[in-house]
Amino acid sequence: MTIPNIVGAGLIVIGAGLGIGKIGASAMEGIARQPEAAGKIQTAMLIAAALIEGIGFAALFAA
Amino acid sequence: MTKKVFKIFVLIVFSLSSLVSFASAESYGHSDTTQVKKSIREEIKETIAHHLQDSYIFEITHGVSFPLPVILWDGGLHVFSGSAFHHGEYTVESKGNFYKLYHGKIYKTDSEGHIKYDEDHHVQNEKPVDFSITKNVFVIILMSAFLLFLFSRMAKRYANNMNPGGAAKFLEPIIIFIRDDIAIPNIGKKHYKKYMSYLLTIFFFIWFLNLAGMTPLGIGVTNNIAVTFALALLTFLITQFTANKNYWGHIFWMPGVPKPMRIILAPIELLGVFIKPFALMIRLYANMTAGHIVIMSLIGLIFVFQNYFATGAFFGLTLFLSILELLVAALQAYIFTMLSALYFGAAVEEHH
Amino acid sequence: MEKLISDFSVGLFFWQSLVFVALILLLRKFAWKPILNAVNAREESIENALNSAEDAKKEMANLTASNERLLNEAREERDALMKEAREMKADIVAKAKEEAKVEGEKMIAGAKEAIEMERKAAIVELKNQVAALSIDIAEKIVKGNLAADDKQKALVNELVEEVNLN
Repeated sequence: MTIPNIVGAGLIVIGAGLGIGKIGASAMEGIARQPEAAGKIQTAMLIAAALIEGIGFAALFAA
Repeated sequence: MTKKVFKIFVLIVFSLSSLVSFASAESYGHSDTTQVKKSIREEIKETIAHHLQDSYIFEITHGVSFPLPVILWDGGLHVFSGSAFHHGEYTVESKGNFYKLYHGKIYKTDSEGHIKYDEDHHVQNEKPVDFSITKNVFVIILMSAFLLFLFSRMAKRYANNMNPGGAAKFLEPIIIFIRDDIAIPNIGKKHYKKYMSYLLTIFFFIWFLNLAGMTPLGIGVTNNIAVTFALALLTFLITQFTANKNYWGHIFWMPGVPKPMRIILAPIELLGVFIKPFALMIRLYANMTAGHIVIMSLIGLIFVFQNYFATGAFFGLTLFLSILELLVAALQAYIFTMLSALYFGAAVEEHH
Repeated sequence: MEKLISDFSVGLFFWQSLVFVALILLLRKFAWKPILNAVNAREESIENALNSAEDAKKEMANLTASNERLLNEAREERDALMKEAREMKADIVAKAKEEAKVEGEKMIAGAKEAIEMERKAAIVELKNQVAALSIDIAEKIVKGNLAADDKQKALVNELVEEVNLN
């Protein structure tokens, strides 16, 4: 593990974390606004988070 | 009330047992006299790596183990017991070929068992094609048999009772959840039936293996890239082979997009076809591996600090993360199933 | 990434694929199909039961509606009958009254006629009697005149009294 690798991994984690955090925040807002749609929002949130996570992991392994 | 107490008790035993397994692995490291004494950090690193690695013997706890068959294809079939390696200390002779276990992998060597290295300390020895029933393969077979037993027994109960009790009471809502909340919304009412077997099998397979990986037996199968690759490949193949014209149309000649854009988008879309199952594979592998590493590192920190305060703090943290991992075990199974269903849904989507 | 590729175990991949595909096929045959069929059958039966309950409810409503209608019809019929009866009664009474009146008038007319006839007969009788009396008186007067004045007067008085008495 070289220093550029570690820095890259850190950047990836920051990016993915921000992305997933944004999704989570928006989902919370959505649920607060429409509690009856909580199930659907949750599903969509999980899918979106999983997609970002997948890209994040792929980048982590490339780094 | 008693149920709650029981649950808490199970959780505590659970995290304690992983502690115990770690401790035993630790002492195993100490007993390894062939290597010079290493720092405790190195030991923890090695123990974690050892825990995540596949093995040719099944170790139930330290000292209690049974060997598994090694099956090699190297210009002919070579079958011998996994205990013959003696944890890599012995060179095994089979039909005139010599094999040695080195860092968990089998290499072909000369009769003396020499391992050759290049300048970067990479092993240069030839690797035979390994079809051994390793620990992971053994667990996969065991778990498959268990799933088959569990669900076929459950199915039999339905034959003469419309609302059976027992395991069905717990598993049926999950099956209905997969049908009503994963398959039907993503694939559609028209096509979902043909994918149900795959979705149900993959969900329970991943979930149960994830849970099995959390036991102190060190049988984490889903944190192995070969396993997740096989699962993702199957999703990929099913998607491509059940895809209709509309699906390919959306990839190569997108409707409703200007023509020059289509030429640019087609390779991207085609790349997406491969990236999707690749992400599926990496996600499951990385999540499970990361979970194991984090939990084992936390337990390892107890041995680094070796005082009562750290023991309490890291025990609590480990307990918390174990509970989190229980959730992740189900979540990853759910996401794998969900995304598979999503891809199948895209493959059979009708023109609209 | 290189570590991942170098760690990749072909044997594990092979066994995993083999066992997993076999597991899917076996589970499909021995577990998923029977379970899903049973669950579907149960859901269908529940739906059917609900539907039939709904139908029964509708039928019930229909039945009550038709009952109501029948009741209303019966009531109307009864009312019509009652009205008719009342009219008939009034008719009959009116007719009877008319008849009685006519009969009464007839009887009165008959009676009047009879009375008239009686009266006429009585007058004729009276005339005859007066005539007879007059003749009698005339006879007596003639006789008295023949005797004395006083006697004549007494006789006249006597006769007048007699007439008065008559």
